[in-house]
Amino acid sequence: MAADTLFHRITDYANRADPYPLYAELRESGVTRQQDGSYLVGAYHEIAALLHDPRISSDRRNRTAADAAATCEEDLPVSFIAMDDPEHNRLRRLAMRPFGPPHTPGRIDAMHGEIARIADELIAGLRGKDRIDVVDDFAYPLPVTVICRLLGVPREDEPRFHAWTQEIIASFDPTPGEDLAERQRSGLESRRTMGRYLGELAEKRRGHPSDDMLSAFVNDEGPDGRLTQPEIMATSVLLLIAGHETTVNLITNGVLTLLRHPEELERLRRRPELMPRAVEELLRYEPPVQMLPQRSPLADIEVLGTTVPKGAPLILVLASGNRDPLRFRDPDRFDPTREDNRHLGFGSGVHSCFGAPLARLEVQLALTTLIRHLDNPRLVEDPPPYRRSPVLRGPRHLPIERDTTGT
Amino acid sequence: MSGDLRDGRIVIVGASLAGLRAAETLREKGFAGSLTLVGEDPRPPYDRPPLSKQVLLGRVPAEDTGLPLRRPVDAQWKLGVRATGLDPIEKRVLLANGEQLPFDRLLITTGTRARPWPNPAEAALDGVFTLRTSEDAGRIAERLDAGPRRVLVIGAGFTGSEIASACRERGLDVTVAERGPAPLVGALGGSFGALAAKLQRAHGVDLRCGVTVTALTGNGRLTGAELSDGSRIEADIAVVALGAIRNTEWLAESGLAAGPRGLACDAGCRAFNMYGIVTDDVFVAGDVARFPHPLFEYQLLSLEHWGNAVEQAEVAAHNMVSPGPLRRPHLAVPAFWSSQFGLNIKSVGVPTFSDQVVLAQGSPKEARLVAVYGYRGRVTAAVSVNQAKSLEYYQRLIETAAPFPPEPVGTDRPEPMTPVPSDVPDPAVLSHGPTVALTGHLPDRRLTLVRR
Ligand SMILES: Cc1cc2nc3c(=O)[nH]c(=O)nc-3n(C[C@H](O)[C@H](O)[C@H](O)COP(=O)(O)OP(=O)(O)OC[C@H]3O[C@@H](n4cnc5c(N)ncnc54)[C@H](O)[C@@H]3O)c2cc1C
Ligand code: HEM
Repeated sequence: MAADTLFHRITDYANRADPYPLYAELRESGVTRQQDGSYLVGAYHEIAALLHDPRISSDRRNRTAADAAATCEEDLPVSFIAMDDPEHNRLRRLAMRPFGPPHTPGRIDAMHGEIARIADELIAGLRGKDRIDVVDDFAYPLPVTVICRLLGVPREDEPRFHAWTQEIIASFDPTPGEDLAERQRSGLESRRTMGRYLGELAEKRRGHPSDDMLSAFVNDEGPDGRLTQPEIMATSVLLLIAGHETTVNLITNGVLTLLRHPEELERLRRRPELMPRAVEELLRYEPPVQMLPQRSPLADIEVLGTTVPKGAPLILVLASGNRDPLRFRDPDRFDPTREDNRHLGFGSGVHSCFGAPLARLEVQLALTTLIRHLDNPRLVEDPPPYRRSPVLRGPRHLPIERDTTGT
Repeated sequence: MSGDLRDGRIVIVGASLAGLRAAETLREKGFAGSLTLVGEDPRPPYDRPPLSKQVLLGRVPAEDTGLPLRRPVDAQWKLGVRATGLDPIEKRVLLANGEQLPFDRLLITTGTRARPWPNPAEAALDGVFTLRTSEDAGRIAERLDAGPRRVLVIGAGFTGSEIASACRERGLDVTVAERGPAPLVGALGGSFGALAAKLQRAHGVDLRCGVTVTALTGNGRLTGAELSDGSRIEADIAVVALGAIRNTEWLAESGLAAGPRGLACDAGCRAFNMYGIVTDDVFVAGDVARFPHPLFEYQLLSLEHWGNAVEQAEVAAHNMVSPGPLRRPHLAVPAFWSSQFGLNIKSVGVPTFSDQVVLAQGSPKEARLVAVYGYRGRVTAAVSVNQAKSLEYYQRLIETAAPFPPEPVGTDRPEPMTPVPSDVPDPAVLSHGPTVALTGHLPDRRLTLVRR
């Protein structure tokens, strides 16, 4: 089929369950201009180089074609994932201050016990059920609870921010089509509401410090100063969404992949110390963030012999790079003991995932706990029904059955 | 040796980073013969970069720096034994304990040692140290734990600067004495040095540049030092960080091209003999090697870089067990890192192979930048401070000999970009040696022509 329809086919919902043959086609065809004017890159080495290339921007305002998702207003700036250095660097450092090293090196380690407890509680809630939806019963509530505690957001508000989150994610779905402008408009509206909500939560903590990140944002001041109120709003929207919408997919993709490879599941059940490496392999084999849709070059650049013009949408298909045979031996094989595994699952370069240490810990604990408690688990539907987004890809539901004798 | 390269006897002299990685690679490539590693240091191979960082900070005990094995290495280890000579005709390595080790192929990875304080009586004062081995680091860390009133660091190269940084992080008073105009100039040039000087002072280092230490004073125990500007300081500890000496003395009678700048070899890691003729059974890798690099006009480079030791050892090992047409050149672009005063410094290329430098990204005020070095109009190196993420881009410019100054790119850069002289000094004016040296085109020995 024509190479310039690849983006259309990749985003087509009919191909959500298995986009990997399309990615192979993408790597074969090099870099070609798509019907909608964007350029797709699917080769590992080229993606890695572009993620370290200062000529590539994450700021959609640098795109030639205007784009509602880029709208930035005084009361709600875009978040740092959509900015370039030096602004991106300043905001990322300020956000990192209460989260990780060098200022807060122990935060994630200290959450170990709590995450394990949350996982155990969710498992306890499933007692006696022989049919489970991995997504709704486990993979979604776990990271939501964790990010709520971390930020200081009341867990019971989940239905509210869940609805906003869905609108926002839909607005970043680059699937070409008539409804794109409408999706972007309602996404923006939800961002504004969610920003206001989180800004108010933070404001309530001013002068009443508690051990969460919203509190640190309003109360602590470092050598770089502190975030302004609109910056707090934009940053906490980003953290809340990035903090769970990806992790849910990795847990679910993990369970699905292990059920498709029962001998590996058995091995991990017997040897849980292999889990960290297995999670890295999942990030390569079924990455929750399939592509980065918001890059564009600041100057005409050449990629694999094609000139990508300044300001054109440049889409880096991480999940394709992760299956590139020029980089990984036997790339379509799921090998949880793979050694040479510098996958692109968390991106790379200055925007590489901020929450990666937390995500790793959550998913390692989640999968270890879950497989320990599943007796003879079976997939009910393969493939399971998928969520819409081709970017944050994962099952919407993952029904499984298990034996319940004894539990 | 029989035509079969997978068999026979291989001896590796120098059992540290390069020696270990070579041994692993030999086994990985299927070498099934006998393998012997000789090392003067009695400890199994350990990693040196943490010695001036985590170990001095007291975060990692000196004994816990062992290098992890990448794979099991079936070998005979002779640790705590010095090699004293090499008989190239009989193909034997001579050991200090009188033993002789016959070999079919030899790999030399004897690295460097710390340049000692030149006055032996002063060097023997209690409280005077150098830093190269884990034992050194353990002893210094112990003294730092005891809370000295002041530490004197002599030489402001990478090691000296990292030591000073660790002292400040521990809240200790520290004086740094450097003969050159600023810290790090030997590796990074004058413009960068000026920035490093500002940084050290901002972190409370008593930095004295353009001076030498003329005497270490004390009576059995170090009490202080005299400086060439007539001043004196009191200190309980002095760490001498005057650079490295290549461990080549044991090769003096071997007929190989070995000297103070290292042992010269070709791009395939085969050692040269003193006539500039390449040998085919003696290989060399790591800090002790001098090797030609096409990106730097085929001058022989001497590097003191962790990454180079690993890559060169892998290439040497591969070539030791591969027939001629399958041998590989060691062409990796030099790269190293350092962490000090809260900064992560990374370098690719050879900054001293330059005449100009330009600030290409970031801003010195925020201590976050990329400086790009050029030589006669092409890019030859790049150094980042807390901004390593785009270094790969600049590495590609080096590899393709892109024009200098580089095209302005990205959103995070000064306007306009103005190249300035890179101010690379003559190594003779530094307290410490440079960690990258361009050492010309010739093997190291001066030949005396004997006419009969
Ligand atoms: C304190 C410190 C900090 C460093 N930090 C960094 C850093 O941040 N980044 C970086 O890139 N590099 C750093 N380096 C440099 C890096 O450690 C070296 O490049 C690396 O150790 C070189 O490995 P090598 O095996 O070639 O030599 P070495 O590690 O020097 O090993 C040589 C070995 O040979 C043995 N030997 C010598 N002579 C004989 C003999 N005659 N007989 C038997 N054995 C002998 C020695 O005992 C030694 O064990 C640092 C070095 C030091 C000392
Ligand atoms: C398995 C789970 C996760 C995956 C696969 C993932 C993946 C990614 C990827 C691919 C990027 C790069 C985006 C880009 O380059 O444009 C990214 C960025 C980011 N992630 Fe994650 N992420 C995960 C979990 C988390 C968590 C738990 C948090 C928060 C606590 C988080 C916060 C962020 C933030 C803030 C960014 C933006 C970083 C920047 O722009 O500098 N992520 N993530």
